[in-house]
Amino acid sequence: MSETFEKVKQIVVDRLDVDEDKVTLEASFKEDLEADSLDVVELVMELEDEFDMEIADEDAEKIATVGDAVTYIDSNQ
Amino acid sequence: MLKDQVALITGASRGIGREIALTFASKGAKVVVNYSGSEAKAQEVVDQIVANGGEAIKIKANVSNEADVKAMVKETVKAFGSLDVLVNNAGITRDNLLMRMSEADFDDVIDINLKGVFLCTKAVTRQMMKQRSGRIINVSSVVGVSGNAGQANYVSAKAGVIGLTKTTAKELAARNILVNAIAPGFIATDMTDELTEEQKEQMLALIPLNKLGKAEDVANVALFLASEQANYVTGQTIQVDGGMVM
Repeated sequence: MSETFEKVKQIVVDRLDVDEDKVTLEASFKEDLEADSLDVVELVMELEDEFDMEIADEDAEKIATVGDAVTYIDSNQ
Repeated sequence: MLKDQVALITGASRGIGREIALTFASKGAKVVVNYSGSEAKAQEVVDQIVANGGEAIKIKANVSNEADVKAMVKETVKAFGSLDVLVNNAGITRDNLLMRMSEADFDDVIDINLKGVFLCTKAVTRQMMKQRSGRIINVSSVVGVSGNAGQANYVSAKAGVIGLTKTTAKELAARNILVNAIAPGFIATDMTDELTEEQKEQMLALIPLNKLGKAEDVANVALFLASEQANYVTGQTIQVDGGMVM
């Protein structure tokens, strides 16, 4: 399990107040983790801060699952 | 009322914005005086606040330029550590009859008076969402409600600001960010000084209170909207117009 995934998972658990075992790479923010669109925007903001990067709006829109976020971060750091 | 709150006020070197900056500072807020052209006047506002024992800085930024706006918000948070109140006040006029109004005059006014509100709001939202609190106060105009001959550009922008206020209020309510607008009527400022005597007389005839408003009349309503007194008010447009439009 990658370090990025662990960090992302922690942020998702804190932010969305969900059980840790629900946060898998396949989990969709909106469907499986019950986030609304504002939650997702906020989550992306936190990821930007945590990983010290800027995620462009058009890229952020494509992030639908936890795995999408991890892949994006790993390939843009 | 605003002890240690950080307030960013756009177009605060003159007129209504200046008055809001001075009023907020007198109630304990740390104030960022934004300006685009009049640096000396912005400095005067800062000096006055500091002389009265308050805290203020000035930041130059064109509100219709996203890079400027982002830098301004960043600088604000860096200087004061948070951002609690945004007052979107910066505005210009380029009056003319529709038939004579150039495309550039239309675009300039929409850029500053409407797009500027959008850009500043967008830029502060991140900080306010993190804080789980914030106040955004948009200075619209009563003509945005009533229409006004000779101001197709200005009225379009100010009516747009009212719609933007309602939408932003709905989007951000879940994060405890309250968004309201003030629609001043005929307030004595540099902007209204440009009107002809005839125009002034015509407007006075339409005002039940039969006098011009003062910048402080608007600042007091802004203070209310920024304060805890307005905790249950969002998405509203409050007219400060002496009863001109009902």
